[in-house]
Amino acid sequence: MTDGWRHTERPFLWRRALWIAALLTPALVVMVLFVLWPLLSAFRFAFYEFNGLRPSGFIGLENFRQVLFEKPFSDWTYNALKHNVIAFLALMVFENGTAFLIAFALLKALPGHRVHQVIVFLPVVLSAVIVGFLWKLFLHPLFGLVNQLLGLVGIGAVPWLGNENTALGSILFANIWHWLGFPTLVLLAGMQRISKDMLEAARLDGAGDYALMTKIVWPLIAPSVTIVTILTFIGSFNWFEIPYVMAGLTGSPGGSTDVLGLYFYRTAFGSTTTGIQDFGQGSALAVLMFILVAGVTAIALRYLRRREIEQ
Amino acid sequence: MSRRRIGLALAAASFAWGFASSVAHATDISFWTWRQEDKAAYNELFADFTKANPDVHVKFESFPDENYPTIVSTALAGGKGGDVIHTHAYGWLEQFVKAGYFEPLDMNTVPSLANQPADALVSGTYRADKKVYSLPFASQTLGLFINKDVFAKAGLTPPTTWDEFITVSKALKEKGIYPLANGMGTSWFNEMFVAIFTNPFLGQGFVGDLTSGKATFKDPRYVAALGKLLELRPYMPDGFEGIDYETAGQLFLSGKAAMLAGGSFDIATYRSQNPAINMDFVAPPMAKAGDTPQATKFFDGGYAVNSKSANKEAALKLVNWMGTKEFGDKFSALLGNISPIKGVVIKDELLSHVAKLNETAMPHINVVYFRFEKPTGSELLQGDITKMMSGSIAPDQLAADLTDGLAKWYKPFQGK
Repeated sequence: MTDGWRHTERPFLWRRALWIAALLTPALVVMVLFVLWPLLSAFRFAFYEFNGLRPSGFIGLENFRQVLFEKPFSDWTYNALKHNVIAFLALMVFENGTAFLIAFALLKALPGHRVHQVIVFLPVVLSAVIVGFLWKLFLHPLFGLVNQLLGLVGIGAVPWLGNENTALGSILFANIWHWLGFPTLVLLAGMQRISKDMLEAARLDGAGDYALMTKIVWPLIAPSVTIVTILTFIGSFNWFEIPYVMAGLTGSPGGSTDVLGLYFYRTAFGSTTTGIQDFGQGSALAVLMFILVAGVTAIALRYLRRREIEQ
Repeated sequence: MSRRRIGLALAAASFAWGFASSVAHATDISFWTWRQEDKAAYNELFADFTKANPDVHVKFESFPDENYPTIVSTALAGGKGGDVIHTHAYGWLEQFVKAGYFEPLDMNTVPSLANQPADALVSGTYRADKKVYSLPFASQTLGLFINKDVFAKAGLTPPTTWDEFITVSKALKEKGIYPLANGMGTSWFNEMFVAIFTNPFLGQGFVGDLTSGKATFKDPRYVAALGKLLELRPYMPDGFEGIDYETAGQLFLSGKAAMLAGGSFDIATYRSQNPAINMDFVAPPMAKAGDTPQATKFFDGGYAVNSKSANKEAALKLVNWMGTKEFGDKFSALLGNISPIKGVVIKDELLSHVAKLNETAMPHINVVYFRFEKPTGSELLQGDITKMMSGSIAPDQLAADLTDGLAKWYKPFQGK
């Protein structure tokens, strides 16, 4: 009886295993070729000196030393990193904070809430290149919509993207306009999962909007907050498209909008107008960015998951 | 089958054979470039080449300018890429040569090298082995575009000296015209902007001192020349920090601005955008009356042969033809660029004026001498110039940053 079971079950298990392998192989090949292989290549190149565009010799940690400790490269690295950190903090406060308030308002299902939901989400479907270009036009010092409106109240031409003090803020504003709908939707989904009974019970106990938001809704949407926080972190440290379109590869003016993505691209692939390519230094930057993003994400996930359980 | 039919069949077969063999023996080569806008002109030039060389057909393939270095280097690293590659010059070219991606050109393979002036050949020469790898295709001149109609309407004469420039600019501003169209919103052009207005204050002697190690960018002459740029700010458009080069061009073309610091590479574009424009291209204001007019000149790039090309012979044949007077004449006429080929006749009045400016022009210092290693002079200058123009750093700070950054690899600056 047992032998019979083995004889009939084994070929089935093999067939099943082969079937699973056949289904997994294409995805695995794509992952190895287009994700793992470039990643490992970047790790390898980070330890090589480049003579022109070819690796010429193993130099250990020299590329890392240059981008972290040798001026002006280290200045450029920390300047770009600083802007990534600012972007993360600003997006957490202004984008996700606003998204939370909008999601809470939408949860209350006030008249017209469905239209507002669509309006808030609409820019998310646009490409970052279109959004960047659009806002670059809006912020043009002479012909831009923003300055035309400011002109009506007597404010002269403001070079939003040309002034070191306003350029990063302007780009962040465009980014928030573009992405606001996404955290709104994720947080709203989290809020809609909260039991209506619980919300009504809180209301009956006399909880106002503020108490409901802070004591009931906020703790209970912890899983959504985790997702939004992690995605904001990854997005902030891989930020490239909108700064590239609005401020160019050099993070102008004067590096005031430079971020690690731009600095990496410029270093590894060069620019016709600034000079030469250095795959070694570029790869070192890519490795550092990978370690930073993967490391912090892992730690943050651990912390945020624990917070979810505690809540 | 009648004899007549057999005869016809044989004739048709031999015609087909001849046609097929001529097609089979023709070599198809590709030409890679970032100049997407020049497709029609290059196709016309290549048609002329194929007329004279029926065995070679050339396919024009263009890529976006901003990603061109990445696309070319990736393709060449994989043993692919065009047979003939349009290259930029100086340091840009050198990194490709170091990697062995281009074929050296000499008088045996490309006899038309003899038609090139010495300073043009430098732009395509690898410093280490002194061999030419790219046949120069055009010189570019930086100077001042003048909207003659705007000046005439304002009853003013275009300035030739710095003092005149300031006086004329004041008068134009009072009439509600932007004297100078430029802003600081385009990094690559900002570097050219610096070269245009500082070179007349520096002179050829300063270039000699820089390259011999007698001077650095901390030299008082350079710091003072940078200081002159600050005097331009009141005469640039409102919010100039955010005005890009494209907008500046539109302000100039529309007559809202009287002058534009720019490059001869835009003459053809501006003419096509506003065929009615009545413009001139002159040397930037001289430091004082009696000085030599000092425009800025550099060679934009050249034509190189892919060392992994399967059709090297045909590619070399094309590059050689691109160094002939026949090519140069038509190239200048079609594209409004100045070919460096000796004896090229430039019929266009404005272009021949630019060619005249080239005779006394100074080199674009950063492009010609300081783009060979990292950090490049361009990276350093482009990073700092907007800060200087907005007043957050002083000219001597920019000069120090430039010198100290370059000292990482430029030995004459080390320890200074």
